Amino acid sequence: MADQFNEGLVARETGTQLVKRGLAEMLKGGVIMDVVDPEQARIAEDAGAVAVMALERVPSDIRRDGGVARMSDPEMIEGIKAVTTVPVMAKARIGHFVEAQILQALGVDYVDESEVLTPADEAHHIDKWAFTVPFVCGATNLGEALRRISEGACMIRSKGEAGTGNIVEAVRHIRSIRGDIRRITQADSAELFDWAKKLQAPLPLVQEIAETGELPVPLFCAGGIATPADAALVMQLGAEAVFVGSGIFKSDDPATRAKAIVEATTNFRDADILAKVSRGLGPAMPGLEIGTLDTKLADRGW
Amino acid sequence: MPAARVGVLALQGAFALHVRALARLGVDAVEVRTPAELAGVDALVLPGGESTTMSKLLESQQLFEPLAERLAGGMPALGTCAGMILLSREVLDGRADQRSFGAIDIAVRRNAFGRQVDSFEADLQVVGLPEAPVHAVFIRAPIVEEVGEGVEILAQVEGGRPVACRQGPVVVTSFHPELSPDLRVHELFLRELAA
Repeated sequence: MADQFNEGLVARETGTQLVKRGLAEMLKGGVIMDVVDPEQARIAEDAGAVAVMALERVPSDIRRDGGVARMSDPEMIEGIKAVTTVPVMAKARIGHFVEAQILQALGVDYVDESEVLTPADEAHHIDKWAFTVPFVCGATNLGEALRRISEGACMIRSKGEAGTGNIVEAVRHIRSIRGDIRRITQADSAELFDWAKKLQAPLPLVQEIAETGELPVPLFCAGGIATPADAALVMQLGAEAVFVGSGIFKSDDPATRAKAIVEATTNFRDADILAKVSRGLGPAMPGLEIGTLDTKLADRGW
Repeated sequence: MPAARVGVLALQGAFALHVRALARLGVDAVEVRTPAELAGVDALVLPGGESTTMSKLLESQQLFEPLAERLAGGMPALGTCAGMILLSREVLDGRADQRSFGAIDIAVRRNAFGRQVDSFEADLQVVGLPEAPVHAVFIRAPIVEEVGEGVEILAQVEGGRPVACRQGPVVVTSFHPELSPDLRVHELFLRELAA
C-alpha cells in the first residue's frame, strides 16, 4: 500500500540502531501487557497499553503447567496483530534464532529473547545484529545487560521473577543495575578496566556509561508487577517503563487493574493519584513466595 | 517581554528527549501532566509515543478539555509523530473512539509506512532549513493524507506525501527530531514563539 512513496527516499535505511532503539524510546513511561488472545489484546489497548506481548500462556501458567515453553503459534500472533493498533511483541527462546527469524517474518514489532520460555541454547544468545526487528532481553544485573547490548539488544528489561506476582526480585535487579551505573559514574578511568572485568562486559560500553550515566539503551522492568504501587515503585527506582505479565489477566478485574497500572506508571511520583487509582481494584493475583519456587526463571541466560 | 515558558506533554513517550533537546537550545522546558502544569506554560510540545495511550491519559488526567481550549485559543504547539496525530483534524486507521484536537487542518494515517521492520531513517529537505537536509527518523510513522487550506507543507517524501506541516503557530512532523542531534526543527518551532 505505502510502498510507492516509501521507495526513492535518499539513503533510506531500515533496521538501524537508531530506528530500533527509537521504538523503545517511544514506549517509555508506558505499560506493555502480556496477552494470550485477541480479546485480551483489546482490553489491554482500551486500558492504554503502549504495546502488547503476544504469548500462548502467561508466565504463571507456564510455571504451573511445566513442560517446554516455546514461541507462540503464528496464527495466534496474527490474530492479536489483527485487532490492535499498538506495537505487538512476541517471545523467542534464548538462543533460538530461527524462532526469531519467524517472528521477524510475521512482522512483530519487537522480539523478546525471553527466559520465560525454555532456553534453546545453553551457551549462546541470539546474534541480534543480524536482524531488522529490534530485540529486548532480560537482565538481572548490569554485566548481563551489557552482554545483551553487545549482542545487539535495543532494550533491556530487568528480569524480576515472572509469574510470581512478587516484586522482590524485580526490585533486586533494578537496584543492582541502577546502583552499578551510579557507581561507575564515580569511577576513575583506571577503575573502568576493573569494572569491565568484574561485569564481564565490553570496556567501551562501561566507558560509555561512565560518560553518560545511562545504560546505552532504554531500561524497562518486568517480572512480578501486580499492583499500581508495584509499577510506581520500580519507576521510582529508575525503570523507564514496565512489563506486566500475569499481574493483569490473573487478577479479578483485569480491565480496571490494567487502567490503574497505566495511570500509576504516568503518575509514579504523585502519591495522591497513586492512592486514587489503587482503590477498589478487587483481589490481585495471589502470588508466590520466591523461596518456594522449583524453578527460578531469572537464572536462565547468562 | 519574558521568554515564553515551554512545556512538554509528559504522559508517555519520548518527552525526556524533547526536554533535553530544548535544554540544548537554552530553553528550560517543564513537564506537563496536570491541568495546573498546563496553565503554567505558553507553548507545548506533544512528543512521540503511542497516540492511543496518550489519548486515554489525556482523558484520565482531565487534560483533554483544557488543552483543546488552549489550542483553540492559539497556543503554539509542536507535535512529533504521535503528537502530530493528536494535533490533527482527522485520524485515519485510528481507533473509533480516538479523539484529536483539530489544531491543524490535516488528516493523518497512523502507521502509514508499515510495521517496525519498515521504520527507517533518511535525509529530508525541510522548508525554512535550506542549509542542509534534516536527518529524519521515522518510527511506525504516520503520514499526512489530506491538507486543508492555510496549511504549509514543510517536507514531503516520495509521491509528494507531506511529513511535516505548519499552520499558524502549530508545527507537526511525522518523524522524530528529538531522536537526532540536529536541533533545527526545534529551533524552527522556537522561532514561531518569538514571532
